[in-house]
Amino acid sequence: MPMRSIEQVLAEVETFAGLERRHLDRIAGCGHNCGFAAGETIAREGDRADTFYVIRHGRVALETPAPAGGPLLIATLGDGAVVGWSWLFPPYRWTFDARAIEDTRAIAFDGACLRGKCDSDHELGYVLMQRFAEIILDRLQAARLQLLDVYGEPAAG
Amino acid sequence: MTPRPWRVTGRRRETADSWTLDLEPADDGAPMSFLPGQFNMIYAFGIGEAPISISGDPGADRPLVHTVRDVGAVSAAICRAAPGEVLGVRGPYGSAWPVAALGGRHVLIVAGGVGLAPLRPALRAALERRRELAGLTLLLGGRTPADLLFRDELEELGADPRLELAISVDSAGSGWRGHVGVVTTLIDDLDLDPARATALLCGPEVMMRFAAQALIGRGMDRGDIYLSMERNMKCAVTQCGRCQLGPAFVCREGAVMRYCDIERVLGLREV
Repeated sequence: MPMRSIEQVLAEVETFAGLERRHLDRIAGCGHNCGFAAGETIAREGDRADTFYVIRHGRVALETPAPAGGPLLIATLGDGAVVGWSWLFPPYRWTFDARAIEDTRAIAFDGACLRGKCDSDHELGYVLMQRFAEIILDRLQAARLQLLDVYGEPAAG
Repeated sequence: MTPRPWRVTGRRRETADSWTLDLEPADDGAPMSFLPGQFNMIYAFGIGEAPISISGDPGADRPLVHTVRDVGAVSAAICRAAPGEVLGVRGPYGSAWPVAALGGRHVLIVAGGVGLAPLRPALRAALERRRELAGLTLLLGGRTPADLLFRDELEELGADPRLELAISVDSAGSGWRGHVGVVTTLIDDLDLDPARATALLCGPEVMMRFAAQALIGRGMDRGDIYLSMERNMKCAVTQCGRCQLGPAFVCREGAVMRYCDIERVLGLREV
């Protein structure tokens, strides 16, 4: 099977789809392929958030440690999802744990590298912030729905 | 309007607050035939009546199966009905899932919580006709893994090559192998040809609204999205007006309704 470049992979990921080639090239320049075995910790809450990931194939759980009964599972993310946005904002610390729940292939992006490019190329910074704002909005809306506990209400049946 | 007596012949606990009851006629009458998506009014004698969706296989006329969630005095009494006890049943009432029109379509069933119960007959009918369908997908949402209905059956369905199954719960312990997140996020990951898909939705109204929006966002036509609406019902024969939803009565035009027909009304806060 022919190797696909990071630019090619990114162009098919919803978050980056439709970006101009020059922007994709600059983003891809901060990325490298990586892999995690099922159960492996990808990031730990409170650690420095130097990296974010795009899942090529696999599944990742966002968790927070709890004193009893193991970590609490907040969300699971699959193919094409972005893991981590703490690299964007000071103090650049992971807010949750991230753990591979299946063997996972991903692209790891160096957050400082990308921030530097965004600082020097505001157009790149703007389009990237737009795409990340969309992810954050989607996750916020999903979290709100989860908080509504809609299944707790009397419903069908 | 007179309920027929039906005897409880089986009772299974599904979740902490939901039970499935098997019923057989307690009179000399015939078993009941029904269409997927229809409901019965179930009468707990001396307490009251409630509309309960039929959750059994439409291909088998007995027993008559209902899955009930304990949310009030009447449903609690129905849930408590032990084998041998008699309940009153009148029906079936209401519209049905469009199972006859699913040939060649990718059937996408989106269920939330106890909303899987009225969709189960449609799922059974779709599995029966699987060769005629372009695809069959069940997306199921729940509060926690312990709140999912028909768990043994879901395990079998997970291994059934005729069906693509994805389950997402709002919260779970680290031992859960499925998805965590709202069920609508599963729609984003679907391999879907929107022009060939028909979606059947049942669950809390908020969930159905967001699921319908997500499906429209994926390019589906509003006329290809069906919802099972729930409203407070008393008579089930359009006389009391309790279930009026804009110009429609849920007991007659529903419970299964096309999204394009009720979208406007769903957006009215007064309704």
